[in-house]
Amino acid sequence: MTLPQTFTDWFAHRGWTIHPHQQEMLDRKDLPALLLIAPTGGGKTLAGFLPTLTELADGQHKGLHTLYVSPLKALAADIKRNLRTPVEDMDLPIRIEDRTGDTSATQKRRQRADPPHILLTTPESLALLTSYEDAPRMFKGLQRVIIDEIHALSESKRGDQLMLALSRLDALAPGLRRVGLSATVENPQAIAAELARHPDTCPILQADPGPDPDIQMLVTDEQPPWSGGGGKYAIPAVLEQVRQHKTTLIFHNTRAQAEIFFHNLWLANEDALPIGIHHGSLDRAQRLKVEAAMIAGSLKAIVCTGTLDLGIDWGDVDLIIQVGAPKNVKRLVQRIGRANHRYNAPSKALLVPANRFEVVECVAALEAVKDYDLDGDPKGPGPRDVLCQHILIRACAGPFHADDLYAEVTSAGAYMGLDRAEFDDCLDFCATGGYALKAYDKWKRLLQTADGKWQLRDPRTSRNIRMNIGTIQDTDTLKVRMKGNFKPLGEIEEAFAATLTPGDTFLIGGQIVRYDSMRELSVQVTRDAAKTPKIATFMGTKFATSTQLQHRILRMFQQDKWPELPVHTAEWLDLQREISKLPQGDRILAETFGFDQREYLCLYGFAGRNAQQTLGLLITKRMEDIGLDPLGFVATDYATLFWGLNPVTDPMPLLEPETIKDGFEHWLSGNAVMKKTFRASATIAGLIERNLPQARKSGRQATFSSDILYDTLSKYDPDHLILQITREEALRGLVDFGRITEMLDRTQGRIDHVKLTRISPLAAPMLLERGKVAVAGNARDRIMEETAALLMENAGLSQLPQ
Amino acid sequence: MSAHVFSFADLHLHALPSGGLFIPDHKTLVVSDLHFGKSDRIARRSGTLIPPYENTETLQKLDNDIAAHMPTSVICLGDSFDDLAGADALDDTHRATLTRLQAGRQWIWIEGNHDPGPVDLGGTHMAEVTIGTVAFRHIASLDTPEVSGHYHPKLALAGAGRARACFIYDKTRLILPAYGTYTGGLSAHHPDLRSLFAPHAIAVMTGRKAIPVPLKR
Repeated sequence: MTLPQTFTDWFAHRGWTIHPHQQEMLDRKDLPALLLIAPTGGGKTLAGFLPTLTELADGQHKGLHTLYVSPLKALAADIKRNLRTPVEDMDLPIRIEDRTGDTSATQKRRQRADPPHILLTTPESLALLTSYEDAPRMFKGLQRVIIDEIHALSESKRGDQLMLALSRLDALAPGLRRVGLSATVENPQAIAAELARHPDTCPILQADPGPDPDIQMLVTDEQPPWSGGGGKYAIPAVLEQVRQHKTTLIFHNTRAQAEIFFHNLWLANEDALPIGIHHGSLDRAQRLKVEAAMIAGSLKAIVCTGTLDLGIDWGDVDLIIQVGAPKNVKRLVQRIGRANHRYNAPSKALLVPANRFEVVECVAALEAVKDYDLDGDPKGPGPRDVLCQHILIRACAGPFHADDLYAEVTSAGAYMGLDRAEFDDCLDFCATGGYALKAYDKWKRLLQTADGKWQLRDPRTSRNIRMNIGTIQDTDTLKVRMKGNFKPLGEIEEAFAATLTPGDTFLIGGQIVRYDSMRELSVQVTRDAAKTPKIATFMGTKFATSTQLQHRILRMFQQDKWPELPVHTAEWLDLQREISKLPQGDRILAETFGFDQREYLCLYGFAGRNAQQTLGLLITKRMEDIGLDPLGFVATDYATLFWGLNPVTDPMPLLEPETIKDGFEHWLSGNAVMKKTFRASATIAGLIERNLPQARKSGRQATFSSDILYDTLSKYDPDHLILQITREEALRGLVDFGRITEMLDRTQGRIDHVKLTRISPLAAPMLLERGKVAVAGNARDRIMEETAALLMENAGLSQLPQ
Repeated sequence: MSAHVFSFADLHLHALPSGGLFIPDHKTLVVSDLHFGKSDRIARRSGTLIPPYENTETLQKLDNDIAAHMPTSVICLGDSFDDLAGADALDDTHRATLTRLQAGRQWIWIEGNHDPGPVDLGGTHMAEVTIGTVAFRHIASLDTPEVSGHYHPKLALAGAGRARACFIYDKTRLILPAYGTYTGGLSAHHPDLRSLFAPHAIAVMTGRKAIPVPLKR
């Protein structure tokens, strides 16, 4: 369609011309589903909203017209600001409001009674809206849904929840059109299939991706260290880059690394360049302050993590520095896109390998970016815990027929393969708990009425269900407060807090603080003058290197020479080839050697950190069984190193696929990862309630750990739906057994055993790795007894009457 | 023996790894805060349907302790039921088990704040009992020496994983851990709990072995 005159004038007035992809979005606006892939700064948002603005320009539409959903509250607020410009400039009769967790209750009530034309919200707030009985009235006239940053939502259960909510909206507002806005992804077809109402098709529009990014490895005078992930050696070079550029974003893979780097950066920052830090553990007020300073252009650099990954416009960023290997090429490309928001200017980025192996990884990543070879693991079918929550949300809105809901649910792409029996299991779980022991006859959650409809037994329970909406797992965190200061510095995980003893120092918000005491739900600290914190890190996610990137590294190892690598790294690989072997993609390299009175085994599986860790746990168990007396292991992205008292003469039996798989089943059930996963899925599915801070504060004796529920359920009802879901999730998540299977398939039992008289060059850095795992069957009990005995002794109580 | 043995007033006590307290001289087993019917109450009140296996599990544990020590008296030290309707949540199998355990021995239900009235499950309902000079009641009072429950004390030791339920005692007061399966806890260091004890107090961790550890002041 041609742009109305008002709009053409407005574009002209701003000195703009409409981008081809914006015009195309307008031309194809009547399609039921459409996905736009555009780089940041490509006028993506306007492309999404132009059809809405033109349709609303005549002031004829009453009620809600367009729903905009984004993963971040901040993004909704940002878009509201940006949309206001054209609407006010052209004097369009359009009301725009946002609705997030931060919106006031009064405002929210008013929005339900009298919705705006455009409502900007998040998946969780939308799910909540569909749970109200008046949802049909509110969404009746809805025309379009715009999903921003759909690639980010699609990576988690939030995307699945959103698509189920859309299936509901589709029933309330037939003919609803769906638009997805995405950054560059490896597989746009997969996102399109998720977005469209099954079996609709969803064409994909590709905006001009702009010029190729200018991306290189940062050259430093100092060589990268053998191990570690901090990138401290590169600080002088990084500071020099910051000096030379207007605004630099310095990305890290974990919060802990960001904190340590920021701290060291300031120790070396002699010119006192204004540099800030931004990550998810910092207090909201602190983050907002940094964001405001950045928009105002008063910061030279920001040290950050994934929280800055999404498309908020942070102003004039002209350099991205990635510290630590990017682990995943797609994320790297999306991060690089953050520089130079001006369309048609190349983004500039520098990679800083944190250690010697990461030099290889960074070079492999650079080549992957050049080849446009993005990675990503295919997603499984729609998760059933999210479906359970959706069923409960549907029940809050009023009675429903199971047939209708099943038809709706299977119209969502991710759930199109869901069979009726699986759906009925989820419904039964919601209604009765789905236990083998039918204990809840009297207190079912859902009842079937005479006409066959399902409804809540007690309508008052809808309040609990609503409070539990969402799929984001908040870990139990505690606020950190400076003594005598009300304002929190940030948050740390409860598990980390539990390991602190008074006097311990750690980093938060770039400063070193000393732990004093725990008061209520906050950690009291004082400032500490120490140069280095006693405890360097608090927990953060460790990303595993993607399968695609690993394959690239393995291929690189087969080259005769490595002109693309720095000399020090090429020489290291040459030495490995001379002394031992370089690992190959279709075989597993096993090195054995003695060192310092211990016998070592190094297995190069290239399965990624999480899988190598799992492999470590499985194989040490097996080593114990066959009397090899393992003492410990450590895992990296490319290998697992074991040590023990007896030498491994034949690694073959340790790597039997059958043995590994059997051992896995057994090991998995008792694993802490399973308990963590269980808690997440059980909360989403509504088996347990979210651990709200107020409940924790008041009902200390009443709340009990979900681990107890896991243990009890595993013992009495091992085939329960939530345990099935937990197993599925664990295989994909931290346990990452999928990658072990990939490794076994690719190597087919071909194992090269190299016996060495000394440590191999590739294995040597692993001895320096952090995160060593000690093997001891009853370690916990032993530690407890020893600690207790020592304490009794110190207290002069060791001679108790027996 | 994996129990922690200690003297308390005029009694010799065994703090069992299970969280039960055995008094050999009086052939008495004391357990506190069983909280039968917890899942039932949560379902009734909030609609959330947690795994309904805690009654089976708690009875199993009690069965094991009784089989191992063959007490002639069993004292349930209050909050045996999550609320008075909690007794209804016990199914026929549970009731049969309970009847079997009660057969041939004295069974006393001490009243707690969750279960102030009698239940129709056999046994005697009492406010408190005295053995030797020691009073056994649900909530700690100023009238010592006494043994009580109510607080569900728990304690974590550095490096030894999650917090575990524990006993706490000094010369005049002993508080038992919660014996029931679905029970959370209050940290032994919490002022509400810690202030009940003298500076030299001892916690006894439950688990595979009962392990004594001095409580920080």
